[in-house]
Amino acid sequence: MFSRDTWKEIFETIQKNKLRTFLSGFTVAIGIFIFVVLYGFGNGLTNTFNKFFGDDATNVLFIYPGRTSVPYAGYKANRRIEFDNSDLKDIEHNFAMFIDYVTPRINGSGMVKYKNESNGYRTRAVAPSHQYNEKTIMMKGRFLNDEDVKHKTKYAVIGRLVEEDLFGRENSIGEFIDITGSSYKVIGVFQDDGGDNEERMIYIPYTTKQLVDKNTDKIDQIVVGFKPQIGYSGAMSLEKSLEKYFKSKKFINPNDQNGIFINNVADNLKQNQQLASVLQLIVSFVALGTIIAGIIGISNIMVFVVKERTKELGVRKALGATPKSVISTILLESIFITTISGFFGMMMGVVLLSSMGEKLEDYFITDPYIDMGIAIFATILLIICGAIAGYVPARKAARIKPIVALRDE
Amino acid sequence: MIEIKNLHKSYKMGNNTLHVLKGINFNVEAGELVAIMGSSGSGKSTLLNILGMLDVLDEGSYTLDGVPIVNLNETKAAQYRNKFLGFVFQSFNLINYKNAMENVSLPLYYQGVGRKERQEKALKYLEQVGLKEWAGHLPSELSGGQKQRVAIARALAAEPKVLMADEPTGALDSKTSYEVMDLIQKINDAGNTILVVTHEPDIAAMCKRIVHLKDGVIVEDKKVDQVRASEYVQ
Repeated sequence: MFSRDTWKEIFETIQKNKLRTFLSGFTVAIGIFIFVVLYGFGNGLTNTFNKFFGDDATNVLFIYPGRTSVPYAGYKANRRIEFDNSDLKDIEHNFAMFIDYVTPRINGSGMVKYKNESNGYRTRAVAPSHQYNEKTIMMKGRFLNDEDVKHKTKYAVIGRLVEEDLFGRENSIGEFIDITGSSYKVIGVFQDDGGDNEERMIYIPYTTKQLVDKNTDKIDQIVVGFKPQIGYSGAMSLEKSLEKYFKSKKFINPNDQNGIFINNVADNLKQNQQLASVLQLIVSFVALGTIIAGIIGISNIMVFVVKERTKELGVRKALGATPKSVISTILLESIFITTISGFFGMMMGVVLLSSMGEKLEDYFITDPYIDMGIAIFATILLIICGAIAGYVPARKAARIKPIVALRDE
Repeated sequence: MIEIKNLHKSYKMGNNTLHVLKGINFNVEAGELVAIMGSSGSGKSTLLNILGMLDVLDEGSYTLDGVPIVNLNETKAAQYRNKFLGFVFQSFNLINYKNAMENVSLPLYYQGVGRKERQEKALKYLEQVGLKEWAGHLPSELSGGQKQRVAIARALAAEPKVLMADEPTGALDSKTSYEVMDLIQKINDAGNTILVVTHEPDIAAMCKRIVHLKDGVIVEDKKVDQVRASEYVQ
């Protein structure tokens, strides 16, 4: 079966039937190629998801105030709920068991000037622990600390791109910038994996912001970092008890959905990961469809090849070819072609994927890749199916009586 | 060489049974050149198929060169065909993507003969049929007569006991037919046993013995004075 003569015979047949060889090889190569590329894109999509949602801490709850929708405890409906500094203290006090830190967040935006440069930026007035929930990475200087909050210092920590815009190549640390009319000293520069928007942010102490805003104690939203050990279910029940606590403190009907909102990142993350895996599933399904289409394609070609060769096989049988040698000639030829072209298609796909890298980031595909194991498995699957698809008609052809095969056309 | 006793063969056609061969007794000695004649439906092709182990008999016995041909599976039949028989067909049946020499060496490939020896033998037989210069040509580059000569060389290459020709001249004009018959006669002169199925009386007359089949039985079996085809070939 594996003698040199057998292979010589097979190579001759392949060489002299170029169209047939090309067609079956092309089907297999394109099938594997599309499978590899699609599957890789699926992985790229998952990568993008992880990148989007993986830059922030996952053990975080955001609490936003809303407006009540039903009257309760003597208050009329449509009342605006506000948070203030006392709420921070209350959370720290009542939920100390579960939480790592609490930080307020007061959003703002405005013109920021340095010498002749000026630009609009968003600002966030926060407590020092905010650094953990955004996973802010310091490049130079330091982040805000408790002293800054206590003394309401006019310090600012600016994003990498803010420094780039306003200072060019100059060092920004220790320089004074003007944020909506007040002067702040730059004490640090940070970077953030969350993208350009995050790096165009300016952080200032929340007490300073409150002082500048006519000495209020109001807070836009509260960020609660809980202990990771409490797990997903712990986070869910913490969310429930925080909601209950604030509803009673702010006199909101327990059934009112609009008084306060709690955004649980752990919950979001789970949803996003589910979405990503559903996408991956869909892409895998399409890829599997491609493989099946490839199998059907190669099966069709094999049936056609055997049909086309019926007469030739009849001649060979009349000249003394045994059924076994007829089957092995057809099968070895088909396996040889599918193996070579299958691995060619696979390598092309892998090369294409690895050359992509970040080029398709605009289409939400980052670093597409395919597990070599899966690629090789799919290729071998196609080769085996091609062989089975070839075996059935080959066996039929081997059984046919030579005299029937040779009957004049 | 060939011994057939009381051979019966029938085919099922739906509910009817078609009795094609109704008790044939037939012997061929080594070195004979036998024409099997008969109109279509007389059973001559069925007889040749059974003799060529391409079909099996229902009843009776068949002995080829002292070997009883019974209970053959496909593999065994293929080996016997390769060892005992050479076929020449009406439509040549050369493999169209192989050149003349490769076609001739194909039966040797299935005998397991080495590549070098195959080529030497193939060239020898091509020379015998006068086509040595055409060894590298594809069948599509050959004329009908040349194709049939390549087919004869191929049938000879395996050095079979019996050469079976099914209407070897059926697709050829009469001049080419005589050339092919001339070749067959020369091969027979060299001692080979040959069976020729034909319905053309002039071709049958070039054999040494004519067996006439009609409705599944032999109605006539006679030795004839051979007409030499070379008389018609310039």
